[in-house]
Amino acid sequence: MKPMLRRAAYRTGMFFVSVALVAVLWELYKVVGPEKGGKLFGAPILPRSNDTAMPHVWEMLSRYAEPEQRSPNSNLIWFVVLKGAFYSFRLALVGFILGSTIGVALAALMSRFKTMERGLLPYLVVSQTVPLIALAPLVVSWGGKVQIFGFTWPRWLSASVLGAFLAFFPIAVGTLRGLKSAPAASLELMESYAASWKQTLFKLKFPAAIPFMVPAFKLGASGAVIGVVVAEISTGLKGGIGRLIIEYARQATADPAKVFTAVFGAAGLGLAMAGLVALADVLLMRNRPKETTT
Amino acid sequence: MSAVHVAGVSKIFNEGTPKQVDALVDVNLTVEPGEFVSLIGPSGCGKSTLLRLIANLLEPTTGSVAVNGKTAAQSRLDQDYGMAFQQAGLFDWRSVAKNIELPLELKGWDKDKRAARAKEMLELVKLPEFADLMPWQLSGGMQQRIAIARALAAHPPLLLMDEPFGALDEMTREYMQGELLRICAETKTTVVFVTHSIPEAVYLSNRVVVMSPRPGRITEVINVNLGANRGEDTRAADNFFAGITAVREALRGTHADHANAGAIRGVEDR
Repeated sequence: MKPMLRRAAYRTGMFFVSVALVAVLWELYKVVGPEKGGKLFGAPILPRSNDTAMPHVWEMLSRYAEPEQRSPNSNLIWFVVLKGAFYSFRLALVGFILGSTIGVALAALMSRFKTMERGLLPYLVVSQTVPLIALAPLVVSWGGKVQIFGFTWPRWLSASVLGAFLAFFPIAVGTLRGLKSAPAASLELMESYAASWKQTLFKLKFPAAIPFMVPAFKLGASGAVIGVVVAEISTGLKGGIGRLIIEYARQATADPAKVFTAVFGAAGLGLAMAGLVALADVLLMRNRPKETTT
Repeated sequence: MSAVHVAGVSKIFNEGTPKQVDALVDVNLTVEPGEFVSLIGPSGCGKSTLLRLIANLLEPTTGSVAVNGKTAAQSRLDQDYGMAFQQAGLFDWRSVAKNIELPLELKGWDKDKRAARAKEMLELVKLPEFADLMPWQLSGGMQQRIAIARALAAHPPLLLMDEPFGALDEMTREYMQGELLRICAETKTTVVFVTHSIPEAVYLSNRVVVMSPRPGRITEVINVNLGANRGEDTRAADNFFAGITAVREALRGTHADHANAGAIRGVEDR
């Protein structure tokens, strides 16, 4: 247990060190970078380093402790961002669960029927090349209009569906690879026991797939977050972190640090989702040989 | 009723294609209950194929295989045999006891009965204190003993083994051979045992079946009864060496064939 704790402490430490390093680089560029942007080899690629484009790190941080609006009874920014992030987190979680269910089911289906894999996999790949921004207004327009057996499609569910749309793909592909990873000798063993397809799936193939599924689920979790935030931004769905990002971006000239508070909120949201999967990883892999998956 | 009855069996892979392999041709073999029979021969002689035909993991191209008086397919469904491979093949995510319980679980045994049987099997292989460990915490020899316990958990009358000690070091290997003989005597299990090792085949078996490749076939069956009480002394006994010489000579005959056939066919293949 002790080396495990030490490793966790080391990793957390490294995380903060790397964050601090990024902050230092940011400030360093502000010192040496051109105020009005600049050209490198003729291309205008150097970003402007003035305080409107790149506010100081401490300004971004101190902005959290200030009120959101000028009005006297406005909430402090950290509270508003946290609330928005939590709202989006719930949507992303629904999307993640939806996407995992679909992804795992598709993988099981494809591992069972070779024809399914050949027929379905190309469509899955194509589905990921459709730009999410193009799809978002379409799915969001279902809100309030689609009714199935008295269930009215709520607007927020559209955002979750878009999250699921990005989440299911890595999960389906990773799980499929995992299901195929069961060693031939173990499959032969199950066959010698006259085990049914279902027994082989649940007692051999899925447990053998776990080391492949964990990283796939990590990708899926961040995909769900991106899907939800993009859906919120492109459709203006109220309540979430995505909406805060566009609102604050509009005020960027007057209040440049504000939009960064929301952007960090979105990053924190992604970390929370990844943390959830990491926790599941630790629980599922605690009895496995110690070739750790990361 | 024979434990295993193989009659006129051939197995041809990729029939009618350029990659056709005559893995087995016209094989006849009968194993009586309680017998220990080894299959030995150079690579490609079809000994593993023969074992898989008995296990019904493969279907013969011609001929018939009967196990315990039933078709091979029926005896697989009834779990009339247990199987052990070169790799112990324990499931990493299951404790030692749960690995042994696997075949019972698949048969639908209830929990208490399974646990009792796992305990009994762990005592049989002399590892009772390891029940709750995970397989990867065990040495290779211990893992293989657990694999044997798993193969015998449902008390099948027949045990099929495919080079089970092939990956073990020499000392562990000899110890495991002794353990296997003790376990089989206690449980009165019939064994069909595939191996590369001549001393191993002679030490363990009532009969050694010598096979040769291209096409895979049985060339000789050698009786080696070293008696019921085999031990360390047996490995130094005259009849042990006599057995080894007999098997070696039988194999040498097949090897010479093999070398010549290989040279000629090798040219043809290209």
